[in-house]
Order: sequence, then structure tokens, then C-alpha cells
Amino acid sequence: MISKTLNLTLKVWRQKCGEKKGRLETYQAKNISVDMSFLEMLDVVNEDLTKNRKEPIAFDHDCREGICGMCGAVVNGRAHGQEKETTLCQLHMRHFSDGDTIVIEPWRSRAFPLVKDLIVDRSAFDEIIASGGYISVKTGGAPDANALPIAREVAETSFKAAACIGCGACVAACPNASAMLFVSAKISQLALLPQGKAEAAKRAQAMVRQMDECGFGNCSNETECEMECPKGISIVEIARMNREFLKAEFS
Amino acid sequence: MKLDAKIPEGPLAEKWDNHRFNLKLVNPANKKKFKIIVVGTGLAGASAAATLAELGYHVDNFCIQDSPRRAHSIAAQGGINAAKNYANDGDSVWRLFYDTVKGGDFRAREANVYRLAQLSCDIIDHCVAQGIPFARDYGGFLDNRSFGGAQVSRTFYAKGQTGQQLLLGAYSSLMRQVSTGMVKLFPRREMMDLVMVDGKARGIVVRNLITGETETYDAHAVVIATGGYGNVFNLSTNAMASNVTAAFRAYKKGAFFANPCFTQIHPTCIPVHGTFQSKLTLMSESLRNDGRVWVPKKPGDKRRPMDIPESEQDYYLENKYPSFGNLVPRDVASRNAKEQCDLGKGVGETGLAVYLDFADAIKRDGEDVIAGKYGNLFEMYEKITGENPYKTPMMIYPAVHYTMGGLWVDYNLMSTIPGLFVLGEANFSDHGANRLGASALMQGLADGYFVIPYTIGGYLAETTFSEVQASNSPEFKKCVDDIQNKIEKLLSIKGEKTVAEFHRELGLILWEHCGMSRNEEGLLKARTMIQKLRSEFWENVNVPGIGMDLNQSLENAGRVADFLEFGELMINDALARKESCGCHFNTAFQTDENEARRDDDNYCHVAAWEYTGDEQSPNFHKESLSFENVELSQRSYK
Repeated sequence: MISKTLNLTLKVWRQKCGEKKGRLETYQAKNISVDMSFLEMLDVVNEDLTKNRKEPIAFDHDCREGICGMCGAVVNGRAHGQEKETTLCQLHMRHFSDGDTIVIEPWRSRAFPLVKDLIVDRSAFDEIIASGGYISVKTGGAPDANALPIAREVAETSFKAAACIGCGACVAACPNASAMLFVSAKISQLALLPQGKAEAAKRAQAMVRQMDECGFGNCSNETECEMECPKGISIVEIARMNREFLKAEFS
Repeated sequence: MKLDAKIPEGPLAEKWDNHRFNLKLVNPANKKKFKIIVVGTGLAGASAAATLAELGYHVDNFCIQDSPRRAHSIAAQGGINAAKNYANDGDSVWRLFYDTVKGGDFRAREANVYRLAQLSCDIIDHCVAQGIPFARDYGGFLDNRSFGGAQVSRTFYAKGQTGQQLLLGAYSSLMRQVSTGMVKLFPRREMMDLVMVDGKARGIVVRNLITGETETYDAHAVVIATGGYGNVFNLSTNAMASNVTAAFRAYKKGAFFANPCFTQIHPTCIPVHGTFQSKLTLMSESLRNDGRVWVPKKPGDKRRPMDIPESEQDYYLENKYPSFGNLVPRDVASRNAKEQCDLGKGVGETGLAVYLDFADAIKRDGEDVIAGKYGNLFEMYEKITGENPYKTPMMIYPAVHYTMGGLWVDYNLMSTIPGLFVLGEANFSDHGANRLGASALMQGLADGYFVIPYTIGGYLAETTFSEVQASNSPEFKKCVDDIQNKIEKLLSIKGEKTVAEFHRELGLILWEHCGMSRNEEGLLKARTMIQKLRSEFWENVNVPGIGMDLNQSLENAGRVADFLEFGELMINDALARKESCGCHFNTAFQTDENEARRDDDNYCHVAAWEYTGDEQSPNFHKESLSFENVELSQRSYK
């Protein structure tokens, strides 16, 4: 039988804006209901800190239903915690035990500079999308949506890649801080669809180049990204991206 | 001031085409001389920013999150309506228009809704061209499903992630314009005020959420697409950062606020688990296509669902509404769930839940088919509750989800402030007193892709602009000073209660007295309670940290301060509308069958509120609604 509430020890990364070095600080999280989400647990700790006139822990979050991609932290060494295909906001406290010590750290990557505490700057992802992660269609003048049948399997394969939420867990999980899972998901989604084929070669080259410029590392097939991806994006996408990229380079 | 909706002349079906022709155009070479500010990067904001930039305008686009892709449109699950009639089941632009007007309980503008229905088809075409992977059938054609409140299959979807896919589509178009330099992106900025020069909207002041600095931006027109205000209830399905601040500051600068009491309570959400719950999670109402809603017949029956024989299960929606059954509109479904729980028939630990049961659907279609349709929703439910909905019925309860009210806009989507346009959920225009499923995405994208690009051109072409520079304008300077004073005040109180505590209290007051059902006594009581809470806030709130820093407590404090004022406006609006319509259910006005009883003789209007000063009663303005094409009828879903 699980107890309904937990008492936990947290070791949380604290680092002020502009500070060069941070440190782990210890907090007690008391009477945490097992039905709470991980972020609700942090809310409780923050309420406590506020009441004691201390500065609460800064962390990014928004939708709290696992789709916006804003939240994320490394929990006990795992991006978004230990549960499979789960964002931090959807990690529930019933997966922890009374008396546990939990270490909470930000995403770590040179391409994601730390802003404050658990918050990092992921604008590199936006730069990569801006470099080519789109189909160049202007509003107005599109043909009828059913004018171009797309085989169901193709649409579904594309959809699997399109499920990426851009949270950055793949980068945080990778020993090389590679963004290949993220980049390949967008390249695959669009390259698979007939609408996206016209620009496929240019897109693959531009996005890969931008990824390198942003300072992300290379892929060495560790597959940690796939393991931690909250949306279950497969490294098959990376293989597809490599094919798209090579095709583009040699044509 | 008389409200002029500027509805074009002519037959309903020709109004938009005529209007587009009559609107003045901005010469292509002149477009680059104009700068437009777009606040918000959800479906409405991102689509507007991208499209305006494609046309050649310079756009400054702001969002509160770290990236435009996070906007809360992303969380919409179910789908987007379009009158394509691909299903050949009798749909048409007219039917989509009619359903939307009726679903809104005849409190929306005919002309706006008709335009929305017309544009719905263009949206789907554009989104497919963008590479949005909508669901398809085995022939490779687009698949449709029927959705809450509709008897035709007109909803396009991408599993339970339609909002995500549509938003990422708009985001990709936006980022393409960022790469061309036509859009400048300003993430992690919160709009703190609207700046007016010579009576026109000419810029905004934002707080840089990383550095804490106040920054000023000028433009020729300002577009607000900052979403809804559901978080005034504290618990809602909105994202944590969703707030009313941008719209409310515009209201304080003279933009009228329309129908603020129209808030949609969505019937299928995961029930509340405890005091520290931070938000509620919606389960797409597409689930009602296959799930059956029931409660035990006997009040107080605490047996497990599988131990209650079918003869003792009450399928109250199917019994009461034989033709629509589980697919009645959201307001009707929500009110009925509350009614069952009030009768003591609610289930779960708190008694504030009803079952949504898939056993029959699984028996009929097999688990694979059900998983194909709802797999990700079932997983989400299991993640949150720890229960497996394939084996045991889901528990659901209504929660605040969408706000039909918003800043008043005319047919051009311009507010009562010249040069201030309002799109998407932030305006009030298309859903009347209740929004039908799968029409929020449609409205956001129609406004951004297809309406504003025309109407803003009309405004820019016929307006003379004085030279305004944010850096040396006294109007901007005054706004910055006011904001900094307010921030200093919040930080200096150093009271005992946290911002979250105030927010929780406010939410409970509104949920209890201005939620699914209302009455005069409760509303009056709530108004006094909110006034008291507001004065307590300004004496006793505890906001830690400093202003010139990333300070999330301070961000929340500013938002809750506005909610504490806005909540009273909602109550005033609810008090003034002495009828029931759609989501606004005043218990004093109901039919013998406990349905909303409208008063079309006296309340067939939009209530638009004008700010008159802090702690002053707002002025009431009325835009009468005339229905020339549909007959006002009592909604019946029996």
C-alpha cells in the first residue's frame, strides 16, 4: 500500500541571473500528495519558501498537460524524470516513495545557456526552425485540401515526427548535447509529405547547418534522446534526416 | 458613444466579398512603411503576424513564453470545423453558420459568424499546404468526425493533437517570416500597457521577463491576440501564464469589454484532486462520440463502477436528450453533470465527478479501434489519475475552459480604440453565449490568416498618422512610469499572504457564484467578497524578490491584481443580464425543463463595458443584435 502523502528531500540547482556558478541547495518537501504532479510539488516548496521570505525556485512551465514543451528538468539524472514518454508536468508523485532524495537540475548544453535556476534559453531551436523548418507557402491560394491525396501510412509516419514538442530533453539527455532528434523530426515530417518535397534538399542542408552553428554536438548513436523523448520520437527520424542530408549534398 | 459594428450592407452571403472590395488597399510599395505590433503567438497571433509580414508589413511579434511555439492554442485536442462537406452528409457554409449561431444561443453577430463559416474551408486548404498531418482515410483523403453539438461530420483532426499541429503550422510560417526579417520576434515579454497617441493605439509597453526592464515599442497599429481570461477562476484548463492583463490594460485605455460573464465550462475534464492542484486537464469532448456518460441511479452509491449493474446506471444525457444524447452542447452537458452531483449521485472520492464509459464502444469496435481514435487521450488520463480507462470508466467533471467574452470589436475586428485590433479568444465576436466544439481553432485562424490582413489594410490606408517614436514620446514615458510605480508598490507591501493564496480565494468565489449557474443573491455576495479580497491584496500580499530580475512571483502578482479587478466586471455583467442564455445560466430564468430561458425582447444584445476609473462602476453600452437570416428559437437537443 502506498502512503497518500510523501516527505521528500530535494537537492535543487540554484543559480542567479548572470551568475557564473550555481550550486545544489537542499529543501524539504513535506506532505506531498501522491496525486500531485512534479511541478505542483515544486509549487508547494515555492509557497513554503515565499512564506519564509526566501526566493522561490525559478522554473519554466505553462500548459501543464504535456504538450507545450515549456517545462523540463533533469530529475535524478534523467531528463523529465524516470517515467517513459512523460514530460515533467505529467510526472506524478505516485512514482516516488516516502523519504526519497530527488536531485533536480536544469538542461545542460552549451547551446542552451542557463538563465536562472532551472530555466535555460532554448532560442537555438527557434533559430533552427527559422532556417528552414517550414513549407514556403503564402496564405491564400492553396489548392483544395483534398486535391492531393496522401496515403494514410505516409500521413501517419509524418504525424509521428510532427509530435515533437521542442522541449529539448533530447539535447539534455545526449552526452554530446546533440539536437539531431529535434532537427530530424521536423525534416522528416516535411520530407515525407508531398507538399514538403520541393524544398526537402534545401531544408535539410539549411537546418543541419544552423544546428551546427548553434553549437549542438554530433550524434554518436547513444540513443539516449529516444529514451527520454516525452513524445516517443524515434531515432529512425535521424536516419531519415541523414539520408535527406546526404541526398542533398550529393545532388 | 454609439457602438457601430460596421456590418456591411447586402445579403448575408455577399457581405464579406463586398466588404473586401470596398476596403481601401495599401499600395504594395507603401506596406513596408507601416509597422504593426502583434501581441501573442497562438493561432490568431502567429497566423496574423505571418500573414501580415507576407503582405509586406513590418511586424513586431511578442509572446510571454520562451518561444512562440508554446502558446496555449497548442493544447487544443479535438479538431477544427470546416464546411467542406467532404462527408457528403448535408453540411454547407449555411449549416455551419446556423449551428454556430444556434449553439451560441443567439447572442453572436450573424455577419461575423457567416464570414467565419465561409473562411473555414480556406483554413483547411492552407493548413494542408503547410504540411499539417491531418488524419486521412485509406484512400489518402482527409478524414472527418462529428464533434460535440453537431450532427454532421465536419471536424478535421490530427489525433488528439489538432491544436498542436495547427499551431506548429502557423509557427512555421511565422518563423519563415522571422528569417526574412519581416517579423521581429520578442519572446519572454509581457504586455503591460497600451500606448495611445492622439486617440489612436500607437504602441505598447512590455516587461522583459528575463531582465525585468520595461521596454517600449511604437507602431501604426496594435493587434492583441492574447487569448482568454479563464484563469480568473484560478483552476481552469488554460495554461498557467494565460491571463487577462493585456486585454484589461486595453480596457482601461478605453477599449470596451464585451460579455465578460460568458465563460465556457467544459464538461469533460479530469476532476480536481486537492488544494494544491495547479490546473485542470481537459479530455477532448470527441470522447463523447463513443463514451457514454452515467452516474449511479441511487444517490450516495459508493460501489465501484464495475459492481453497479446496468439497471442501476443512469445514462442521464441519453435519457433526457434522446436525439443528441451524449453529444449535447458543452453548456448543457456541464450543467447536467453538476445537477447530478448536486443530487448526490456524483462519483469518486469527492462526489464531484460522473463516469464516461467506453465499455460498450470497446465491445462493439474492439480495443484497437478505440485506441486508434483516442489512444493518446487514454494515456494522458492514465498518467494523471493512475487509472486505466480501457478497464474502468473515466471520471470527468466540468471545468472552466474558454471565454466567449472579450474585447468588443466591430466587423473589422477593431476595438473601440482606433488602431487596436483584437483577434481570437481575446475578442468576443463569434461564439455568442456558448462556443461549439472545434470552432475556437477555426476562429483564431480565420481572424489571423484571412480577416485581419484585409481589414487592417483598410484602416492603415485611410488614416493619417503623426510621427511617433517610443524613445522620446511623453505618452510612452508616462506609461513606463505608471508601470514602474505599480511594480514597486507590489514589491513594497511585503505582507503575509502569497499571490497563489489570493488567486485560489478569488477562483473559489467566482466558481461558486459566477460559474455554471448564477443568481442575483450569490453574485451580489461575490462582488462584496471580491472587493474585500482586492483591498486585502494591496495591503497584505507577499511578493518576494526584486523588479530588475527574472521574478515569477512578481509576474503572477501583476496578473492576479488584474484578475481581482476583472472578476468584478464579470459579476457586474452577469448581474446586468437578467436572462439565461447559453453558458450564462441564472437560476431565476429557466424553463420548466431547467433549460436556459432567454429574454429576446430585452437582452438580445451584446453588453459592452466602458472603464470609468478605478473603484468606479463601468458604463454600460449595448449593441443590439438583429437576426435577419435565422429565426430565434429555443435551443432544443431532445
